[in-house]
Amino acid sequence: MATDTHAVSRETASATGPATPGLLAMGVLLLVLLGAPFLLYPVFLMKVLCFALFACAFNLLIGFAGLLSFGHAAFFGGAAYITAHTVKVWGLPPEVGILLGALFSAALGLVFGLLAIRRQGIYFAMITLALSQMVYFMALQLPFTHGEDGIQAVPRGTLFGVFDLSQPLTMYYTVLVVFLFGFLVIWRTVNSPFGQVLKAIRENEPRAISLGYRTDQYKLLAFVLSASLAGLAGGTKAIVFQLATLTDVQWQMSGEVVLMTLLGGLGTLLGPVIGATLVVTLENYLAATNLPVPVVIGAIFVVCVLVFRRGIVGEIAARMKRRG
Amino acid sequence: MPTIFGIPPQALFGQLLLGLINGSFYALLSLGLAVIFGMLNVINFAHGALYMLGAFFAWLLMTQVGIGYWWALLLAPLAVGAVGVLLEKSLLSRLYKLDHLYGLLLTFGIALMIEGLFRHLYGVSGQPYPIPRELTGGQNLGFMFLPNYRGWVVAASLVVCLATWYAIERTQLGAYLRAATENPVLVQAFGINVPRMVTLTYGFGVALAGLAGVLAAPIYQVSPLMGSNLIIVVFAVVVIGGMGSILGAVLTGYGLGLLEGLTKVFYPEASNIVVFVIMAVVLMIKPAGLFGRER
Repeated sequence: MATDTHAVSRETASATGPATPGLLAMGVLLLVLLGAPFLLYPVFLMKVLCFALFACAFNLLIGFAGLLSFGHAAFFGGAAYITAHTVKVWGLPPEVGILLGALFSAALGLVFGLLAIRRQGIYFAMITLALSQMVYFMALQLPFTHGEDGIQAVPRGTLFGVFDLSQPLTMYYTVLVVFLFGFLVIWRTVNSPFGQVLKAIRENEPRAISLGYRTDQYKLLAFVLSASLAGLAGGTKAIVFQLATLTDVQWQMSGEVVLMTLLGGLGTLLGPVIGATLVVTLENYLAATNLPVPVVIGAIFVVCVLVFRRGIVGEIAARMKRRG
Repeated sequence: MPTIFGIPPQALFGQLLLGLINGSFYALLSLGLAVIFGMLNVINFAHGALYMLGAFFAWLLMTQVGIGYWWALLLAPLAVGAVGVLLEKSLLSRLYKLDHLYGLLLTFGIALMIEGLFRHLYGVSGQPYPIPRELTGGQNLGFMFLPNYRGWVVAASLVVCLATWYAIERTQLGAYLRAATENPVLVQAFGINVPRMVTLTYGFGVALAGLAGVLAAPIYQVSPLMGSNLIIVVFAVVVIGGMGSILGAVLTGYGLGLLEGLTKVFYPEASNIVVFVIMAVVLMIKPAGLFGRER
């Protein structure tokens, strides 16, 4: 099974990319994000940021540890339910609600991870998918999630008792801070000794084991980290949209985040951000037309897998490398 | 009235029969997945969509052309098989040299497209498909009432599963197939057209899904979403059984169907998730699956 992870890694070999253009791109991105709400609809931007964080969290697993999880909707949507419930019914402040959502996802990630890392490759994907479907059925049946209705009219509240989140700009910058925090955690993780070991596991797990690394523990930690950040994104989304529904825990959501990451570039830091932006924009645009969204999403999936496996950022990085 | 564990026997056997029916579909679908995986090393995410396609072909044959159930039982799987051959030739065959995960992602995209298209055309509500006239009514077995059609589904799926097992494990063609699974290069060197065999294997595997779809059409309604939730349960079945053996896939399919039926009797709230719970337990005890080999 070691050869399995090999091919993915070759496609994503330009993991961190050349340092200077990468940093430059991130600076530009930060400026764009700071100024964006004055030009574009803030709710749309917040949606993009939540999904971008979700995709970045997912990418930590597939891009840097070579593990394809097909169950990340459970963390995203599960956290959304916890945040919505604790804020609406228990009356907790939003920051605590989001934190509890992320903690819930971390715990769930620990359970999923412990089970899923017992198998590799394709089985890993199927196991995470099946476990997340279990979470979906629970969300459908448990009383506090309100089945098909979901949890609606969640109050946004005031952050730390000071910032009134019902103001769109305040909400936007809060989401931006959450996103940047998550992004920095991932950036730090990838460029740490821990991240190096993850990449070693992705490239050749038996060799990493032979060097004395307990790869299962590394994979588990990466899984929990990825799950908690996905939960952070989901909890934040529940506050932004004041809503937690079944859509967020469905397997289609797990597929969507795979597509965002694949389209932007597996194993690149900025790729998932760009992929998420494109997919959310496309869905917004398609919602106004008569075209069936899943067909278009499916077609992009097929095209990406067949001819565009490096993704947008991966492709740009490869071109720059070739030029010298 | 006598009861078994406090449950009236009618209810118990009724749910067990339902479980057996579900198990028949799990078995047919996981069998197809196992055959495809053995040869192509691809987990066919489109399996659920192709099962749905089989049911829709049968429904379209009846409503548009006026062709009945028995011909549909032959024609729809053939048509689904042909779709499979096209998919394999045009798309899947480009990915064999890459990581197997790309095969999963590709078939996921295909599944989204097929399901999205039918949802767009026919909406989410189910279309009724009548039980063929020869199989209406039922038998009173003394302890329970057995509708003829349900008995037929169980029998037909058993026969198909056993025939597939026989063809793969006991015939010349099956021997080639197993050899090509072990070492395709060597088998090709012996003058056997392995790429064609791969294509036909995929076609056959998805034809099984199409057949399951036609069998399911009169029991469940024909709807674009009928395959997507089923396929995830079947994935869990495959993880539980392990994909090492054909017979293992079939046995696990029926076994889990029955277990699901039992859960419906004793603790209905958990019937949706019981398969996933069993999967978790099996992963803890025997990670390779009940019939699988560690590779």
